[in-house]
Amino acid sequence: MSSLIQEQDRVVNDVNYVKLFFKNRKSAIGVIIFLSFVVIAIFAPWIAPYSPNSMAFTPLQGPSWKHWLGTTAVGQDILSQVIWGTRLSLMVGLITGGIATAISVIMGLTSGYLGGITDDILMTITNIFLVIPGLPLIIIISAFIVVKGVWTIIFVISLTGWAWGARTLRSQVLTLKNRDYVKASVVTGESSAHIIFSDIFPNMLSLVVANFFGAAVYAVLSEAGLEFLGLGDSSAISWGTILYWAQNNQALLFGLWEWAAVPGLLIALLGMSFALMNFAVDELTNPRLRKR
Amino acid sequence: MKYILKRVIFFLITLWAALTINFILPRMMPGNPAEVMIAKFQGRLNPQAISALEIAFGINTHESMLAQYWDYLGRMATGNFGISVSFYPTTVAQVLAQAVPWTLGLAGISTVIAFILGTLLGIRVSWKRNSASSSFAVPIAFFLNSMPYFWFALIVEYVFAFVFGWFPLGGAYSSSSGLSGLALVWSVLYHAILPAATIIITAMGGWMLTMRNNMISVLSDDYITFAFAQGLPEKEIEMNYAARNAILPSFTGFAMAIGFVISGVLLTEIVFSYPGVGYLLYQAVLNIDYPLMQAIFLFITVAVLVANFIADIVYVFLDPRARSGGE
Repeated sequence: MSSLIQEQDRVVNDVNYVKLFFKNRKSAIGVIIFLSFVVIAIFAPWIAPYSPNSMAFTPLQGPSWKHWLGTTAVGQDILSQVIWGTRLSLMVGLITGGIATAISVIMGLTSGYLGGITDDILMTITNIFLVIPGLPLIIIISAFIVVKGVWTIIFVISLTGWAWGARTLRSQVLTLKNRDYVKASVVTGESSAHIIFSDIFPNMLSLVVANFFGAAVYAVLSEAGLEFLGLGDSSAISWGTILYWAQNNQALLFGLWEWAAVPGLLIALLGMSFALMNFAVDELTNPRLRKR
Repeated sequence: MKYILKRVIFFLITLWAALTINFILPRMMPGNPAEVMIAKFQGRLNPQAISALEIAFGINTHESMLAQYWDYLGRMATGNFGISVSFYPTTVAQVLAQAVPWTLGLAGISTVIAFILGTLLGIRVSWKRNSASSSFAVPIAFFLNSMPYFWFALIVEYVFAFVFGWFPLGGAYSSSSGLSGLALVWSVLYHAILPAATIIITAMGGWMLTMRNNMISVLSDDYITFAFAQGLPEKEIEMNYAARNAILPSFTGFAMAIGFVISGVLLTEIVFSYPGVGYLLYQAVLNIDYPLMQAIFLFITVAVLVANFIADIVYVFLDPRARSGGE
């Protein structure tokens, strides 16, 4: 009986949060920007005026009716590249955010729930990853990896982007662990795995979601930085590589500022949409932050 | 004291971890990247340099991994980082020593300014939470905080250095010879303004948002309501009651934030061709100069560790709970 009431409580809570999430102005703006990018990514072949790889045009043109953002040094249409680039940038953000969050959840939950020496070891590892600066580490790992490509980037960024999440999730586990319903499960002899995944995890979903958005921002920005430095696959089409080619062809000095300005602006917008959703979740679950 | 001892131990463990990453990475990678590098520089380096590189990266050696590791730690402890292959025959330590002051100056000053400005703004914005300027500042902070640093640097360089011509396009001081004394100081400052401004503006947003959230949490605490009821002056409540407590999480969040700032500094230096560690790292990457890359990574990690350590010590002075040895 009591578990039934608890289930209902949870369901009611979830519905409220989802509703609140869409009513919150921050998350609404975030969701709209994010969904626009999803639409552009899915329908890229239909939206883009030309093939992003076609080199059939006069190189280094400024914006015109035929090429809204001009052309690259090898005569590709920049607008088409930007539209197709949405796919890769969005994909790296989402997948990397997902992997990093999964690592945070596993590390945070195990360490927080088991406590003792396991906790000490896992938290020391987490703190080390937290303190070692991300970008330089990513740069030297990618410089040593011979195979360049999207998956290398995803791997490297996930490896360095989980620590903050693990720490926040752990402290949440520590408070949830002492709640009565968890203690009740312990007394009834449920297995640790059951308690972690059925009792504790569902109650920290919002924090996990917030973490996912945070990790996605980190991923989008790190990817752009890596590709800008030429450590990605410079033949792939993403916003970061467009910036790389713009910089290497000194687009700004030729006065072709759209070439560099637009992809960077889109990276900032995508990052901002994740950050807004992250903040909104934070606001909803922390009543003190809500507007009175 | 126990708290400080804990921090010292953590400092040492992290340093060891960074050293070990540097040792393991090249030995773990398939396709042996270090061998490729050595092959590339074969004709240009003398045999001694080649064999030193082979030892450093564990190529053609019969020593056990453990013995190699021990040798490696010994070399690091004595500051022997090897020879830079791209600046041959200069040693890595010499190359690095030239770049370090630029980065320390640029990163140090702009981090401190960004922290102070951002925190003050966060206090203001949360205090006047429903004012027009607050609802304007928060979305802007979000946008600034989500920008790729290097892209913002590119735009700033384009607008203020290229289009308007107010500032130099890059470098750390004027290349015209014969500058000395005040003229040189002025030249250095003049060249640092744009890179510093981009770092401050991009880093400020994050500090502002953190402080704003901390403040809002603190402002709903009972002792704030009580302070109001006592009729204390608003400025006193804002600074001495609310901000003083709200700033504590900013210090604990320093670890992650400083990493972001360092990344920003590295990329900003690259855009402005500023002769610091970031620009050097970029050159090392372009020239596949692994010994230089590793030394830079190590240097940055140590710098961040020291910055963190200072933040931890400051925290002890700010929060009496840390002094009494509690978690």
